[in-house]
Amino acid sequence: MEALFSLVVGVLTASGIYLLLRGRTFPVIIGLALLGYAVNLFLFSTGGLNTHAAAVIGESITPSDPLPQALVLTAIVIGFAMTAFVVILAIRARSELGSDHVDGQSGEAGDAK
Amino acid sequence: MSQHLVTLPILIPMIGALALLLFNQASDTRRRQLSTALCVAQVLVAAWLLAVAGGGQMLFYALGNWHAPFGIVLMLDRLSALMLILTAVLALGSVLFACAGEDARGTNFHGLFQLQLMGLNGAFLTGDMFNLFVFFEITLLASYALMMHGGGKERIGAGLHYVILNLAGSALFIVALGVLYGATGTLNMADMARRVAQMSGDQTALVTAGALLLIVVFSLKAALLPLYFWLPRTYAAAPAPVAALFAIMTKLGLYAILRVQSLIFADTPVAEAIIAWLWWAGLATIALAAVGVLAARDLRTLVAYLVLVSVGTLMAGTALGSIEAIGALLYYLPHTTLICGALYLIAEMIGQQRGKAGTRLVRARRLYQRHLLGGMFLVAAVAVAGLPPLAGALGKALLMQAAEGTARLWLWPLLLLAGLCALVAMSRAGSVFFWASYKGEVDSGRVSRPQLAGVLWLLASAPLLVAFAGPVSGYAQATAEQLAEPQAVIARVLGESPALQFGQLTIEGESP
Repeated sequence: MEALFSLVVGVLTASGIYLLLRGRTFPVIIGLALLGYAVNLFLFSTGGLNTHAAAVIGESITPSDPLPQALVLTAIVIGFAMTAFVVILAIRARSELGSDHVDGQSGEAGDAK
Repeated sequence: MSQHLVTLPILIPMIGALALLLFNQASDTRRRQLSTALCVAQVLVAAWLLAVAGGGQMLFYALGNWHAPFGIVLMLDRLSALMLILTAVLALGSVLFACAGEDARGTNFHGLFQLQLMGLNGAFLTGDMFNLFVFFEITLLASYALMMHGGGKERIGAGLHYVILNLAGSALFIVALGVLYGATGTLNMADMARRVAQMSGDQTALVTAGALLLIVVFSLKAALLPLYFWLPRTYAAAPAPVAALFAIMTKLGLYAILRVQSLIFADTPVAEAIIAWLWWAGLATIALAAVGVLAARDLRTLVAYLVLVSVGTLMAGTALGSIEAIGALLYYLPHTTLICGALYLIAEMIGQQRGKAGTRLVRARRLYQRHLLGGMFLVAAVAVAGLPPLAGALGKALLMQAAEGTARLWLWPLLLLAGLCALVAMSRAGSVFFWASYKGEVDSGRVSRPQLAGVLWLLASAPLLVAFAGPVSGYAQATAEQLAEPQAVIARVLGESPALQFGQLTIEGESP
């Protein structure tokens, strides 16, 4: 499970960073969202990966650590609010700058005119 | 009762912000009065906390009476108290300036301003790593909105970069926290320090990775060399009172580095790894920012690069790490923060009397109140370049004295040359604004009384810090000594708690 989990986190992070470096605001926002998912999954794993462990307290000798769950919840809320904010900001930038490029240019270098 | 008072720097702006956001239909005058009153209250509370901390007392407050290491603790030591009073003083100056009309250009200026103060104060007080992250986020959220207050092409463009960069930084912050939590099993700073001191072999690598990631995040906030390219454009585009308040935002990064470095990672191999990076990054920041100061063609950009010079200086001081160096940088810190804040306000006043030319370094019409503005510009320029009669010179001299051996060889020429660059750039700017611009006159944009009050409040710090250099540098030295003994804090935070015996239990489960 560890291998699968780390693979998922790694792929999400890589995709997130790739999209974050794109020139248009929309891919950048998707990149931020993917990066947020990767980070939340990673944070979730910091309490240790267990199978058949009770979520908080239950019929298990080794209940899983509840703190990362609380942290993930906080991170999700903040990430959610921030995504909403960036979307609005991107729309505003589109109307103010007249382009959806992050630098406000009308075309990417190499674009056909 | 009195032990609850340490929460006031967080509660006052929080309740104030809620009130200001709820009553956003109230008249401008009312909201201005409320906001100013809140800032005055924060100055008073911070001064009281400064007096308490200055007596060598440390205050700890367990929120909801959940004891450390399980609950969140607030802690007030000399460093926190210094940062609180600095924030409050800077905020009062900015709010006074904003009351001249800048606040009415958009909505909810004062509410957001108080929210940002709440985030800053909380970050300076908290003793919990995740709580630090939350307060960072509150500060950033408010700063995003404040930065784009009033709108406009330039602000939205710069704001988009600022927001996206800081969101990526926040993601990195959580990763760093996750690594540190996975390796140590705690988020309380004092508890983490205790466990880091006891860590063994393969844990060391994980903790070092986590710590360096944290430093990257804090360097992004503090705007250290490879991560500073966002700052000049952002600060130059932000409204003047907001840019003035942002002068403390870079110091938030510095504070966080100082805090984790001195409390959590003191005397561990991790600290050496951090210091090696900080030293060279700090020096490179000074060098490149000095070039930026000379190359700037707008007063606002120029001031932004001056902020960067001070960041580099402070970071290099942090990397020196000795008690003398930390003491010197803590003496230099309030001076440079307040003067950079004041410079943004002065730039705004100059810009509003020059018509279309604004703050660009070009010849334009004659300034209407050239003697008043020139006088203030002169004081600020002398202060920021670090020339003798004012506190900047003293702070730099103390810092240079604290450098030893080969460190001296690097720090001395860089600091002095950066000072020279600042002097050249400021005199050139001053000559263009006050001497080379003599034709015609713009009869508008007179300096209003609140603007003058705000700037003078901040500028007054320069002579006052010299006049009271003895007590202030004494306090800074005492702060550095307190930071050098993290064991006292750890014992107080964990020793007080009846739950300590449970705290010893390590959490079962595989580390990632």
